[in-house]
Amino acid sequence: MGKLFAVIVVVIAAVSATIFILHVWWPPPDISVHGAGIDRELGQTMVATGVLFVAAQLALAWFVWQGSSRREGRPIKQFPGGATPLVVFAVVLVGIEILSLTFVGSKVWANIYIAPPDSGALHIDVQAEQFAYYFRHAGVDARFGGLHPDLIDDGSGNFFGLDPANDTTARDDIVASSLVIPVNQPILLTLHAKDVGHSFYVPDLRIQQDFVPGLVIPLHFTATHTGKYEIVCTQLCGLGHHTMRAFLEVMTRDQYDQWLKAQAP
Amino acid sequence: MTFLRRYVFSLDHKVIGKQYLGLALLAVCTGMVLSWLMRLHLGWPNAAVPGLGTVSPNGAPGGVMTPEYYLSLMTMHGTIMVFFVLTTAPFAGFGNFLLPIQVGAEDMAFPRFNMMSFWVTFLAFVVLVSAFFVHDGPPISGWTAYAPLSAVGKDAGPGQGTGQILWAVSIALFCVGQLLGALNFIATTLDLRTKGMSLARLPYATWAWFITSVIGLIAFSVLLPACILLILDQVAGTSFFVPAGLVISDRLQPHAGGSPLLWQHLFWFFGHPEVYIAILPGFGIVSHILPAVARKPLLGPRVFIACLVAIGFLSYMVWGHHMFLSGMNPFSATLFSVPTLIITIPATVATLLWIGTLYGSKLRFSTAALFCLGFISVFVSGGLSGFFLAQPAVDVYLHGTYFVVGHFHFVMGVAAMFGIFAGTYFWFPKMFGRMMNETLGKWHFVGTFIGVYCVFMPMHYLGLEGDVRRYSAFTDEYMKGSLPLHRFITVAALFTGACQLLFLYNLVHSRFRGPLAPANPWEATSLEWSTASPPPHDNFGGQPPTVYHGPNEYGVAGRSGDYIMQASSEADPAA
Amino acid sequence: MMSAQRAPTAPIPAQTGVVAGIAAITMTFAAFTSALVMRKGGGADWTHFRLPPLLLANTVVLLASSGALEVARRRLRRAAPGGVRWLSVTMALGLLFVAGQVAAWRALAAQGVFLATGPSSAFFYVLTAAHGAHLLGGVSALAYLRYRVGRAAAPPLGALGAVTTYWHFMDGLWLYLFVILAVCV
Repeated sequence: MGKLFAVIVVVIAAVSATIFILHVWWPPPDISVHGAGIDRELGQTMVATGVLFVAAQLALAWFVWQGSSRREGRPIKQFPGGATPLVVFAVVLVGIEILSLTFVGSKVWANIYIAPPDSGALHIDVQAEQFAYYFRHAGVDARFGGLHPDLIDDGSGNFFGLDPANDTTARDDIVASSLVIPVNQPILLTLHAKDVGHSFYVPDLRIQQDFVPGLVIPLHFTATHTGKYEIVCTQLCGLGHHTMRAFLEVMTRDQYDQWLKAQAP
Repeated sequence: MTFLRRYVFSLDHKVIGKQYLGLALLAVCTGMVLSWLMRLHLGWPNAAVPGLGTVSPNGAPGGVMTPEYYLSLMTMHGTIMVFFVLTTAPFAGFGNFLLPIQVGAEDMAFPRFNMMSFWVTFLAFVVLVSAFFVHDGPPISGWTAYAPLSAVGKDAGPGQGTGQILWAVSIALFCVGQLLGALNFIATTLDLRTKGMSLARLPYATWAWFITSVIGLIAFSVLLPACILLILDQVAGTSFFVPAGLVISDRLQPHAGGSPLLWQHLFWFFGHPEVYIAILPGFGIVSHILPAVARKPLLGPRVFIACLVAIGFLSYMVWGHHMFLSGMNPFSATLFSVPTLIITIPATVATLLWIGTLYGSKLRFSTAALFCLGFISVFVSGGLSGFFLAQPAVDVYLHGTYFVVGHFHFVMGVAAMFGIFAGTYFWFPKMFGRMMNETLGKWHFVGTFIGVYCVFMPMHYLGLEGDVRRYSAFTDEYMKGSLPLHRFITVAALFTGACQLLFLYNLVHSRFRGPLAPANPWEATSLEWSTASPPPHDNFGGQPPTVYHGPNEYGVAGRSGDYIMQASSEADPAA
Repeated sequence: MMSAQRAPTAPIPAQTGVVAGIAAITMTFAAFTSALVMRKGGGADWTHFRLPPLLLANTVVLLASSGALEVARRRLRRAAPGGVRWLSVTMALGLLFVAGQVAAWRALAAQGVFLATGPSSAFFYVLTAAHGAHLLGGVSALAYLRYRVGRAAAPPLGALGAVTTYWHFMDGLWLYLFVILAVCV
């Protein structure tokens, strides 16, 4: 029985590790400026945990194989050095990993979430609701109109609750259901939710941020490749959660300018 | 004694422990069926499940599950499993039966509180399950019940009115039940130890239950007020968790000024220690059984206890790692990630101590032994995947994906379950006076061990691809491609579920037809093995034992074999 | 229900239980307090209202009940007469306190300040209700203690010490809540 267990463990460890190593299932190519740091950290963690995973499972399998021997009169043996080498190993090895990952990782994190956005960032306002995203550009006056929840009327397309009749800044706001941006342009999103919690996740962009009702949350990034990518909601928001998505369309500067002109109300 | 007094409202900790285990068994069967339905829907979203349309004509018309039905199953699955299985069985179930015996006491310190704690917990379960039968069904907000979705009522979705309120009432009751239990564990461990049972000689399972009860005392005391505030937001017009200006179902909500993040902080301040409440008894059970089946002492026992204490202490500092992307101050993310990474150290040390114990051992491969060995393997897997999530920068990509689902199922749904299985196979003879069938047990183990890896390891791959969790179906372009892997997982889950039938059959058959068990079938050292199987009403037949040794005397030249029992007055052999 | 071989100096379970219970209750009110602080600092809708002056009188009643309990405890320990009577006085004062709290609620309601009026009033009602509920638990513990004292030859000193500790803690908790409410609400 012990030998069977050992064999099963080894097979499982080998198969799982191989699938990871071969990148059979792996994140899509990164299209962001900051994503390289995340991918590097992910890769390093994969290597570190992979080594520990295989080593621990093999040690388990090996000791169980040995422990299953039925040789008569075999004495039990203490682990060489007792508990001390294991404690030292765990503290030192895990300690070093923790320190390095924290040190490097906190820089990657700060770069995305603590550092202020580029001063020339294109500001787009995002509203999440059950079960759609809407994106708002400031228009020619580069100013966003005020939001009035009591004026929200999906039927007439006033998703944000703008008041163009009384609010001049709201008159030229452009509302779209796709997030259209120029490539290689720093973007600043301001996220707010109309009803319950949602989230903004673009795997290709290596970015994710929850929407919290009552808060306006900034999020900034720069996309480096044109194309059409999916934005999906990762915060359970109700029965339509799995259908809540929008498209991120990264265009060349010319295409974006043309698109913007075509949207003007 | 009347039937009611003896079997229903018993004050005997052994009966109460079995009642808890029975409740957990009922809960886990319910939770498992829910997971099969979920997996069926994920693999084949448009298929009609035979018979389901009759059971749930609204939620699954014609047998095809609606999205809200899936989400309500998911919410109840998580709630039932975390609370009524993983907190109830390893802690309240086994702990109640064994802790007083292991410390040499006649019963828990407060038998009436103990009896109340079970019935309050049972009432909590009834209240929760009643959500299945109300008009709009159970809530759909997940076991985490984030506000405002959970706080604004039925405008936010089906089940979010009555169903959510029943959920909150159930959990509040559960907290009360567990707090009464925790008082008992703490007072019994500290005050009712028999002569010679110093803290240093406590069995490792007892230590684990004791530390778990301290963690629980603090954690459940915070979840209870959180649930009360949630109920008030739902029914009394308060706004603890709901801000102003929300428009839900075209209605401007009347709330003002509340904070959804407040709910998250309160919930996770409980929620993270809760997962250690789920796993630490498993640590204790494995450390208790492993020396007995390896026939050698646990390596580094004092270090192990220190690890339990360290994990318990650190568990209160890490809750923000569930909230890295929640909109809380991003500086806090770095702050929370440090203790989250540090807590891997005692967990690693404990794992290495178990593996080190196996070195040079003479293993006896009972089913209990196999589940302990399996525990080590799956805890390694699940613990290491946590390492990714502990780093905020990596969590940016993996949060909300199947990677998280794979991680927590490995550590909770598998490792903690393996602890429960190991405890069942090990202590069944003591509890019921009969041996379980070892052949069935081994088949159960092999099928389950392979099955759980086939179910939960692939979830890590899905997560790496960005597959999002809590989706009732994958209809969008980039996740459609993951369907074949989801189907593989579903088949593996159904297979693993089928293997549990072996366990259920074994339990029932052995209870009535199993061969009679001796007092100490495993040749183990702790006090429960010094008394009959099952023990008499006052545990030791009127003669409380005196303890002369710690629990770790294996592989020594004892009078009865290669071990010395804690209550044996023979001298320690020369080292 | 205790092992016959325990050392005579071992702590009494009732005391350990009460300390653990106090730890739990402290955590509950710590959670409520941090919720209050977070809610006050976050939402822009925190309004202040005047605490009913009746609360001061209630505080005095509660402190008096602790005094009465101390008298009861000392008499019971010395097996002097009147111990049970002072237990009854404590219970009566405790019930008077709860009645006073309910009266304070009604005074507030008369001013139009209800649970859902605003966050400050919500916390006021929640905190006073939670404290009052726990105090009523203490009253039932006192009733149980009276019953035990009546039946036993010697007074159950363990339970007596435990209930007294709990009651004084409820006093202290009220003083803390009163200050918090006075400062914030």
